Amino acid sequence: MEIPVVRNILEANDRIAEQLKALFTQHKILVLNLISSPGAGKTSLLERTLTDLKDEFTMAVIEGDCMTDNDARRVAATGAQAVQINTEGGCHLDSSMVLSALSSITLDGLDILFVENVGNLVCPVEFDVGEDAKIALLSVTEGDDKPEKYPLLFAESQVMLLNKVDLLPYVDFDVDVALRHAGRINKDIEMFQVSCRSGEGLDIWYDWLRKERSAKAQA
Amino acid sequence: MHEMSIATSLLNIIRQEMDKHGATKLISVKVVFGKLSNIVADSLDFAFEVLTKDTVLEGAKLEIEELPLTMRCCKCETEFSPELANAMFAPCPECGEEFGHTLLTGKELYLENIQAE
Repeated sequence: MEIPVVRNILEANDRIAEQLKALFTQHKILVLNLISSPGAGKTSLLERTLTDLKDEFTMAVIEGDCMTDNDARRVAATGAQAVQINTEGGCHLDSSMVLSALSSITLDGLDILFVENVGNLVCPVEFDVGEDAKIALLSVTEGDDKPEKYPLLFAESQVMLLNKVDLLPYVDFDVDVALRHAGRINKDIEMFQVSCRSGEGLDIWYDWLRKERSAKAQA
Repeated sequence: MHEMSIATSLLNIIRQEMDKHGATKLISVKVVFGKLSNIVADSLDFAFEVLTKDTVLEGAKLEIEELPLTMRCCKCETEFSPELANAMFAPCPECGEEFGHTLLTGKELYLENIQAE
């Protein structure tokens, strides 16, 4: 017999993601899914952000890595709540992993939750974890053709942060090429050039966080 | 790379549907995915084979259909289907506009039907 089905294969993931969204909305928590290649500076960005905005917001981080709790320890050193998920080889975080990590986080009074995904420009994009926005982080020590090579991430992200711009004099990265391609894939993407090392450009990122957080608080 | 997770979810849906319809033997499954969904058909096939081995679902055939990318021009509304590898950067064939086209198809990932006894 033929059984017509037509069901989204990731429906189980999406269903939990919807529950997470409802929970985050109820608590008025802004949730951001941070996606990049390994080494682009996700943890450095978080260390900076958690330190610089410490007095303004209560923030927490869910860290996804194949192995080790190195990143959770770095993030916890800023005083923020941090939970490590080890995917043990898995290439992305999914909504059920985030749901179980929430049992270790105090949601009451939390303003912003960052989900630092496993370093990978492909798989994490497919799995909604209940976030308000995906943030793509790219660094100038990678190729300027990343938006062209991994278009789905840039198509789905609300913000692209270009990190390590203090190194631009030493690398062949063409900023215009990267920004143009990202803009072509996604006309609404906001692009900020930053250096988590020097602090350059981070103010614009912080203003974006303030704006999004206040929109979420009023939702 | 995440085909194993996808195959796992797929098998959960198949088991539910078979139970619902009282089927016990799986013959074939048809999965549809869009060109942009980052699925590697061979890896999905491999994951499906590994996960069904030594189970009642072993031996079922996995049919995979890839849907093309289609876009609508933001300026003249022409619908077009770029065939190139860098399809997301293709200009509108009608008016040449390069930016801001709407994606119509290409992100799908669903189970279309199951043949079972």
